[in-house]
Parts: sequence; structure tokens; C-alpha cells
Amino acid sequence: MYATDSIARGTAVSLGQQVDSDRQLARLLQIGIVLEEVVEARASRHYQSLAAEERTLDDEIEALLSHAAEESADHRKRLEDLIEGLTVDSVPFDEIETLVEARYGKTKPEDFDGVLYDQLCNEETAYKFYDDLIEAIEASDAAFSVDREHVIDVLRGLRKEERDGVKEVTTIMEERE
Amino acid sequence: MNTANQYLKAIYLVQQQDNNPAATGRVADMLDVSPASANEMIGKLESRGLAEHEKYKGVSLTDDGIVRARDALQTYCIIERFLVNVLGVENFREEAKELESVIDGTVAERLDTIIDRKPECPDCFDPELDACRCLDVELEPEQPAD
Repeated sequence: MYATDSIARGTAVSLGQQVDSDRQLARLLQIGIVLEEVVEARASRHYQSLAAEERTLDDEIEALLSHAAEESADHRKRLEDLIEGLTVDSVPFDEIETLVEARYGKTKPEDFDGVLYDQLCNEETAYKFYDDLIEAIEASDAAFSVDREHVIDVLRGLRKEERDGVKEVTTIMEERE
Repeated sequence: MNTANQYLKAIYLVQQQDNNPAATGRVADMLDVSPASANEMIGKLESRGLAEHEKYKGVSLTDDGIVRARDALQTYCIIERFLVNVLGVENFREEAKELESVIDGTVAERLDTIIDRKPECPDCFDPELDACRCLDVELEPEQPAD
């Protein structure tokens, strides 16, 4: 396992950001699903935490949170479709969803740093995740049981929507300064 | 986490275990890379002001290097705990190693919001077990392959 053994085998192991197997890819896509669930749960919790008066007064934020929740659900579906094409054991999506909901159900409104700031962090985190994942898949020459280009295309689509989300939130924040 | 962070984490842990500068060979063993690869990356860390290498003694992290190493170790702890507590992954140590180079610190912070991590993290990390001591699982030190 260690380097000396690697040298004895004539191979120089090096570390790198790459995805080498169906299992690793499935696990990363699963983490993407959890991140999307976190985004949805935070957006939903934020919306509930807004006072009734604020909700009616601030259509823009209401629309933003509603759109974020819908987009996350759509992203989850696209990630689930990719995982279904991989030769790995099924993963318990429902249990994870329940866990994330339970976690955020306990979060008090004051635990959040502000609706817009939190949404910006959500979008930026998801963007960073998809960006790193695309780079790691591109760095690998492993064969997956789903078409590599299809996986990358789907992930690029998700990354673009997260980038658009960052711009949307940033614009609203700048208008309100 | 990028590759440089994996090295910083390894140097930090070896320094802690040995209470001395980390021997390059020990760092290479921990990361399962060749000593030549380790030397090359340690040189890069030195040029970025994150580590200092003294011939025949080994490598030590600078203050900036220690901060980054502890952040990297925390990210690793989050990944391990997330795999165990949320996804119920049995081979979490093996999978955490595969994932750490792809999971950025900001992403780990989001995952951290749905796990119960102890305040002592990352000091809870046990390099012998290659895992957090606070994890609710039975662990034995990993044996190097023959």
C-alpha cells in the first residue's frame, strides 16, 4: 500500500484531483444531491422564517426562494438520473431527505446569516462543487458505465445554473445596498 | 481539498506523532506516494511559505502552513463523519481518501451543517486510526497492504 511497495512494483503513485471509478463518481453525485437538498431546506426554512408581512411586501425575495427550491429539486432529479446509469448499489435518497429536513426543521431563524447572504453561499458552494467535480472527471481517463461526455454535459448545465444563481442574488444585493 | 492540502495534513500529523520535523519518507508513506513526489511537493510548499525543509532533519510547517493543515484536517474529518453518519458508509476511511481531493472546504462547510461534529475537531483526529476518535464506530488501525 505504501510508497516503497509502489516503487518495488515500478509505479510512482501521485495524488491528484480525479474520479477513478463508478463508485467514486456515484458517491460524489450523491454528495451533490445532499448539497441540493441542503439548499432547498435552507431556502424553505428561510421562507417560513419571514414574517407574514415581509412575505407579502417582498415579492422579489419570495420569488428567489421559491425558484431556488424548485431548481434544487430539478438538479436532484438530474443527479439521480446519472447515478441510475452507474453500476453501483442503490442509495437511500428518501432517508437522506428526511435527515436533512429534520436537521433544518430544528434550525432557528436567527441561526441564519440573512436570506440573501445565505442564498449567495448556497449558490456559490454548489457552483464550486460542480466545477471541482467536472475538473476531477476531466482529469481522469477511467471508463464509467455511463457516457463520460453525457455526465460532463449534465454537470456543466448544473454549474451554469448555479453561476446564473450567483449573478441573480448578487444583482439583488447590489440593488439593495 | 487540493493535493497541496493533503501534503500539509500529512506533514502536520507526522510532526505531531514524532514531535519533530517530519521525515520526508514518513510523509511519503502516509500519502502512499514515492519519496521523489513528496520531495517535489515539499519544495513547492516551501516556495509558498507554508513549510520549511532542513536537510537530514525533515520538514516543518510554518504558522501559515499549520493553519492550512488544520483546515484540511477539519475538512477530512467532516467528510469521514458525513460518510459514516449521513450515508452509512462502512469503508469510510478508504472513501474519504478518494473524496478529499475533490471536496473543497466551502463544500465541506455545507455538509458540516447536517452532521454533529464535536467542538474539539480536528484535534480529535487519530492518525493511527486514520479517523476521528469521536466517531460512533468500532475502529482498528488500518494495516498496510503486503
